Amino acid sequence: MSGHSTYQPTSGFGKWMDARLPMARLMHDSFVSYPVPRNLNAFYTFGGILMLMLVSQIITGVVIAMHYTSDASTAFESVQLLRRDVSYGGLMQNWHAVGASFFFIAVYLHIARGMYYGSYKAPREVLWILGVIIYLLMMATAFMGYVLPWGQMSYWGAQVITNFFSAIPLVGDTVREYLLGGYSVGNATLNRFFSLHYLLPFMIAGIAILHVWALHVTGQTNPTGVEVKSKQDVIPFTPYATIKDAMALVIFFAVMAYFVFFLPDYLGHADNYIEANPLVTPAHIVPEWYFLPFYAVLRAIDFNIVIPFTDIVLIDSKLGGVLAMFGAIAILFFLPWLDTSDVRSGNYRPLFRIAFAIFVINAIFLGYLGSRPAEGIWVPLMKASTLVYFAYFIPILPLLGWIEKPLPRPASIMDAVMEKSQDEGAAHIEGSAAEPNTKG
Amino acid sequence: MIISRLKTALVAATAVAVLVLGGLSAHAASGYPINKPKNVDWSFNGPFGHWDVGQLQRGLKVYTEVCAACHSLNLMSYRNLEDLGYTGTQISNYAAEYEVEDGPNDDGEMFTRPAEPTDRFVGPYANKQEAISANGGAYPPDMSLLAKARAVERGFPTFIFDIFTMYAANGPDYIYSLLTGYQDPPEDADVLDGLHYNPYFIAGNALAMSNPLFDELVTYDDGAPETADQYAKDVSAFLMWTAEPNLDERKKRGFVVVLFLLVFAGLLYFTKKKVWADVSH
Repeated sequence: MSGHSTYQPTSGFGKWMDARLPMARLMHDSFVSYPVPRNLNAFYTFGGILMLMLVSQIITGVVIAMHYTSDASTAFESVQLLRRDVSYGGLMQNWHAVGASFFFIAVYLHIARGMYYGSYKAPREVLWILGVIIYLLMMATAFMGYVLPWGQMSYWGAQVITNFFSAIPLVGDTVREYLLGGYSVGNATLNRFFSLHYLLPFMIAGIAILHVWALHVTGQTNPTGVEVKSKQDVIPFTPYATIKDAMALVIFFAVMAYFVFFLPDYLGHADNYIEANPLVTPAHIVPEWYFLPFYAVLRAIDFNIVIPFTDIVLIDSKLGGVLAMFGAIAILFFLPWLDTSDVRSGNYRPLFRIAFAIFVINAIFLGYLGSRPAEGIWVPLMKASTLVYFAYFIPILPLLGWIEKPLPRPASIMDAVMEKSQDEGAAHIEGSAAEPNTKG
Repeated sequence: MIISRLKTALVAATAVAVLVLGGLSAHAASGYPINKPKNVDWSFNGPFGHWDVGQLQRGLKVYTEVCAACHSLNLMSYRNLEDLGYTGTQISNYAAEYEVEDGPNDDGEMFTRPAEPTDRFVGPYANKQEAISANGGAYPPDMSLLAKARAVERGFPTFIFDIFTMYAANGPDYIYSLLTGYQDPPEDADVLDGLHYNPYFIAGNALAMSNPLFDELVTYDDGAPETADQYAKDVSAFLMWTAEPNLDERKKRGFVVVLFLLVFAGLLYFTKKKVWADVSH
């Protein structure tokens, strides 16, 4: 971030290196002396957690790949042999599969934090857009990774998702054939998905470095939404943020380990323990839980859009569903310009808080609908819920900036902190009146 | 302090909500089975779950004498039976009862020989087509992973409680319920010719397999009751073992890992408190 580097190499080698490739200086400036607002809460720890999750997925993935064969006739069995006969193979495989789910848990909490505290607003638009790109790459990686074990859900999930591309007018079928390496999901598909599944995480790592770079240029937001104004507002990254992130990370890993060791199949689908069979379609094809909200949006569009008073179909229901589904993700790119309010933090925006709460509850409900079959009462509910999802972005966010009267904001981060500690101090003294305060 | 605790609680609540969402995809909606599976108190349930080796041995006997007539166990090797407490000689003798094709020999000819501990379990049919043809068009599925490949939707809110009770016995509960669930169809039930009514079947009201287990069908030498119910329990536990032979090792390891992480988190909490003591935030 701004300001002079405080790095002082002490050893002779350190000085020699610093004059040639100041790597240690970069690390020191980024992760030791880098100033962070003193009032960051627990929601701000997920960025660090996500970094470590990426590393954890890459390490387990590289080991698994040593035992995996990307051939349609042996892929399913190779995963089983890994689980049964390789030392720690079952642990690695569970850690990687459950890890994918926890990667998404962390990223959803990270995104929600950014949306609530206005982390996408000027001057952090590029930072936000890089984040959305990482999210898109994560989805592609997770989808292709899920195909690799070559179970029933792998196969039929790949059928359904690659079918989206055939909805594109004119070139759709060609695009789909290039994606599959043939006319349907098969050995060629499995091979290219394996190759891409190995490549994309390193692209994520590259964009993540840009994401951190952009973050360190603008500095972090904080729960007050007020920018850093003086040295009083900030504390050095190490030891303060380091120890806090470490604690959050270990708690996160403890919850994840609980699932890895005691409920490894809870977040998965039983059908994926049946080898892929092109002749038998599962009763319900369901994607992994982290795609469910978008799966509900896809199936909410079950009608053609026609030119009024004619029979000319502008957008058929298939293309409409696909557009709505990709639109639900793509709209995140425009969030910095859809939110017209100058107030950054949701803490000082009474109407926004209500809208955001409804958005989060609706997103979870949309996920529930994604797991239901597209029939009966579920279809109108999917439509209503999809409407609420999009309504948050247009028109509610743009309108709120005009009609909402924000609450008064603190003059600086330090002011907010002092006010809070005074309140708590008062409560503390009330609660322990009998105890002499030895610390003064 | 109170505010920060509230926030922590909020993070936890959100995480639980997300996990709940996760549980959903694993339990998609469907009209079948008619009855929910019965819950059995398996020895391998819960954090301290472990195999009941005697039960697995009985299950192997039921599999060998009943199920193996139609169902293969392709992912298991005879050497895996060491886990069930058998000696090398016992395993060699068990394997030698089956013939496998090997070769080519020095004359370029294929030959058959008795199976060895390193061989996979020999199935009842030469290939899938023969299995389908011998069973009137219905394929008897390979049983290696059956206990993990069947999970009946638990429903709301049970699947949330499942996180805390560590319920992961969907497969064996289902197999046990199915094996003990054969009954006369109710009068209004529409059962196709050649199928057998069973309200616990996951994909319809009846299945091609007829009731395979009857009292006193298999002789036990350890004094366990020779009832269809006991056979069903034993073979379900056995199939859980074939689906995940390392299950008890996983749980033992998990106990240590989770405990370590919790203690470590506790230490980090106090370190963090100390580091932040002089900083108002």
